[in-house]
Amino acid sequence: MAFLEINNLRKSFGANRVVENFDLAVERGEFISFLGPSGCGKTTTLRMVAGFETPTSGSIRIDGQDVVGLHPSQRKVGMVFQSYALFPNMTVAQNVAFGLKVAKRPSAEIGTRVEEMLKLIKLPALGGRYPYQLSGGQQQRVALARALAIKPRVLLLDEPLSALDAKIRVSLREEIRAVQRQLGITTIYVTHDQEEALSMSDRIVVMNEGRVDQIGTPFEIYNRPRTRFVASFVGTLNILKAKILDPVSGRIAIDDQDVRASRGIPDGRAGDIRTVALRPEAVSLENRVSDRNHLRGVIEEVSFLGSVVRIRVQFNGSSISLDTFNNPGLPPPERGAPVTVSFAPEDLLVLEGTEAA
Amino acid sequence: MKQSKVGPWIAIIIGTLYFVVPLIATFEFSLRMRRGEYSFDSYAIVLADPRFQESFLYSTFQSLATIIVGVLLVVPTAYWIQLRLPRLRGIVEFLTLLPLVIPAICLVFGYLRLYNSSSWLPMTGNDTATSVLLMFSYVALSLPYMYRAVDTGMRAIDVRTLTEAAESLGAKWPTILFFVIFPNVRVAILSGAFLTFAIVIGEFTMASLLDRPAFGPYLQLIGANRAYEPPALAIMAFMITWACMGFIQLFGRGARGAAIGTV
Repeated sequence: MAFLEINNLRKSFGANRVVENFDLAVERGEFISFLGPSGCGKTTTLRMVAGFETPTSGSIRIDGQDVVGLHPSQRKVGMVFQSYALFPNMTVAQNVAFGLKVAKRPSAEIGTRVEEMLKLIKLPALGGRYPYQLSGGQQQRVALARALAIKPRVLLLDEPLSALDAKIRVSLREEIRAVQRQLGITTIYVTHDQEEALSMSDRIVVMNEGRVDQIGTPFEIYNRPRTRFVASFVGTLNILKAKILDPVSGRIAIDDQDVRASRGIPDGRAGDIRTVALRPEAVSLENRVSDRNHLRGVIEEVSFLGSVVRIRVQFNGSSISLDTFNNPGLPPPERGAPVTVSFAPEDLLVLEGTEAA
Repeated sequence: MKQSKVGPWIAIIIGTLYFVVPLIATFEFSLRMRRGEYSFDSYAIVLADPRFQESFLYSTFQSLATIIVGVLLVVPTAYWIQLRLPRLRGIVEFLTLLPLVIPAICLVFGYLRLYNSSSWLPMTGNDTATSVLLMFSYVALSLPYMYRAVDTGMRAIDVRTLTEAAESLGAKWPTILFFVIFPNVRVAILSGAFLTFAIVIGEFTMASLLDRPAFGPYLQLIGANRAYEPPALAIMAFMITWACMGFIQLFGRGARGAAIGTV
């Protein structure tokens, strides 16, 4: 049995269904991210685990215990909020000690634990400061220490880095992951930032319109997206329409040019129109390798992005973008020049669901 | 383009004169008790009057009781309105504004009809019960000020997230209210408290009709029978009110930093 089990969870606000049929099993010590756009139900799901929202139906079990009927204060779940939510009237040390004082722990134990937590977040000297005397990054680290001080069974983080600037976001996400690994605490992290989810998580739950679209490791989610939504939401992607020519061998046509997927398309039929996806970094201007797919087109746009040059190639109706590294010895190609691009059959992602022709 | 500052300065000077000249005149008159020279005799007489001390102490005690009951009534109400019942905000605001539009005399006659000695809850039968009734009437009278001050303070902090943060740390609502919410709306509560104090200390109608020995009726009594003492009392009442306003400013300034860290 998994440490945290969510089964058939649903939540409606009046007629508005916010979360539908949410199932998830999280192992002890796992770091799971809920990833999706605003309004997809990820925060609502997290708040149901925390106890701040009551599910319309379904169950949530932590370490075998059904927690749906429990008040948030009884769940032993630590929560970190986007707005930090530090108590402004208390010092850093008092904030960290709050949960332990509520639990009526002996004062010697509280002192030791607070020191331990402040060392963990690398702010051992700031115990006497008030929240308004700290930077945003420091406040969020204190919020993390406060949530961890009570030794929660599960740690929940609701977009904790959204209010911080880009540089601090990167360093703090590494710190959060390091602390999580060090303590081995089961963690759910809500974010709409794909880079955050990909870099931190053991597994990612991609959500769309209240439903789970795909659950998988960052590698699987990025390289093997199952739906068009996952493919387009995670990373930059070329989305194209293709006609299945032979579902057994995986032969398909993109703008009347034959290409093949690395395997057959068992749920497809000849003549079906399907969505296929290609990552820009999987497409190359190199066309000498014979076992790759080739498409002939015309260069439509060239964007110089510094270390990378993004080139858009127009075919007979559709277009794709590809990324090449900047080579100072080789100027980028001219707009309007004919070009042949290539990609490996295994990089061609045939997504689920038939499209209208 | 540089705008002329003459207009604003004229407005400020006129406004200042409008408020300050009568005060100076009152103060100057209060010093004229001794013929041919200025003295503080009127102040000395007032301060030495046992009725002044009794009535002032009585009203001070009433103010403190009103503040305590008002805070215990208003803070949890404003908290629940903010947190769980935002749809009731309009109704509660309307109710708290009623004492501003219903004359105090109507309120007190309502009390007398409801709580007279032959009613189901006789609160005018003895002095203590009538004092309690007066205190509750003061709570009603100060509601518009106390509720507005506390509600504004609540809106300035993220009550919902602070509550949820405390709940996730194991706290129940009494702990949250007394250790998280109260301290963070301290300035708002103090503002409401000082306004309440200033209102109660000089209130006349209710205290007079309920026949209680409060400071307001004493002011009226002295004003009707003496010449120099009333302006001395008026100046003292002004000073008490100003002191209250000063405290609001003082505590408000001290807590500015604390509010920054809430969001």
